Amino acid sequence: MNFAGAAVLPLIIVLITGFAVFKNVKVFDSFLEGAKEGLITVKNILPSVVGLVVAVGMLKASGGLDTIVKILTPLSKITGIPEEIMPLTVLNPISGGGALSMYELILKDYGPDSFQGRVASVMMGATETTFYAITVYYGSVGIKKTRHTVLAALAADFTSFIASAWAVRLFFGS
Amino acid sequence: MMNYIWSFMLIFSFISAVFSGKMNLLSDAVINSGQDAINLIINLSGMMCLWGGIMKIAEKSGLTMKISKLLSPLFSLLYKNVKKDSKTAEAMSMNVTANLLGLGNAATPLGLEAMKRMQAENNDKTRATDDMIIFVVMNSAAMRLIPTTVATLRTQFGSENPMEIMPATWLSTLLSLCAGIITAKFFMKFKNKKTHSFTFLKRGEAK
Repeated sequence: MNFAGAAVLPLIIVLITGFAVFKNVKVFDSFLEGAKEGLITVKNILPSVVGLVVAVGMLKASGGLDTIVKILTPLSKITGIPEEIMPLTVLNPISGGGALSMYELILKDYGPDSFQGRVASVMMGATETTFYAITVYYGSVGIKKTRHTVLAALAADFTSFIASAWAVRLFFGS
Repeated sequence: MMNYIWSFMLIFSFISAVFSGKMNLLSDAVINSGQDAINLIINLSGMMCLWGGIMKIAEKSGLTMKISKLLSPLFSLLYKNVKKDSKTAEAMSMNVTANLLGLGNAATPLGLEAMKRMQAENNDKTRATDDMIIFVVMNSAAMRLIPTTVATLRTQFGSENPMEIMPATWLSTLLSLCAGIITAKFFMKFKNKKTHSFTFLKRGEAK
């Protein structure tokens, strides 16, 4: 990573702390107070993270994920998403680590500047791990009735997949 | 909803393993993923402490209030019960800032802080509020300006121009955020009217 990219994170911490020192805030005391609260949140999300990670691990190991990819592959023609990218669309909402290694595989096989590589890049940049976010955010406060969150989040994901292929065609041709 | 998805994942995995003959692998996965989850949590807990602490500093210095003032027009458009200058708005604005800068590790702890504050004003502690849904949907879609991870990997694999995908990414993110928010708002309207065609969804939630 270049210097500017590497500087973002340290700079933010220095700026926030510097500003607080300037405003006479007891910075370290405040830090400890906030850090302690952070740890309590970790305790709250632990059960839901274990539940999700085990379920995703089982889905991958059993070959169930491959089956889902196979079932969804025909959608490639309708949506304009290249067939080689379809596994990424299935992994993306459920497993961040899985999606990342699949993305690396696509970059390796087709090159980052190919149509497939570009669509995969846009997809990775434009989405987060939906189920992880839902599990952690609601798990942290003990919400059980998530109502239509999953539907709305998946609508966002689905739109993003189609839009990624479309946007790459728009900006680069196919 | 998560109840259905979770049980589907488990049962479907078992059936798949029966047909694919990967029962051994499945058994290994059951044993190992508990460990994986703990590793994930350990990584996360460092970040939670760090950014929880930094957030507290930013809050006490009045910095978060300044940022949330900047973002308040956006918030009042999206959220019904998030008041200007409230603690929730402050945590939300820090979360949005971290997201925009592509600091995923910082965004999550800050977002959870916002959830905690929304939950404090929630009457039914087990049921997500309309605002929570919008907030979680926004965090489950990406709202980053700089896709750091993607750019790093593209460089690694020899891209001639790693950043060239940024405009396409913004367009895709924007469309996906709109789709998520419109869907969420649409269902809120529907629910409030109590349209009977959506009763199957209600039954799903009651469990």
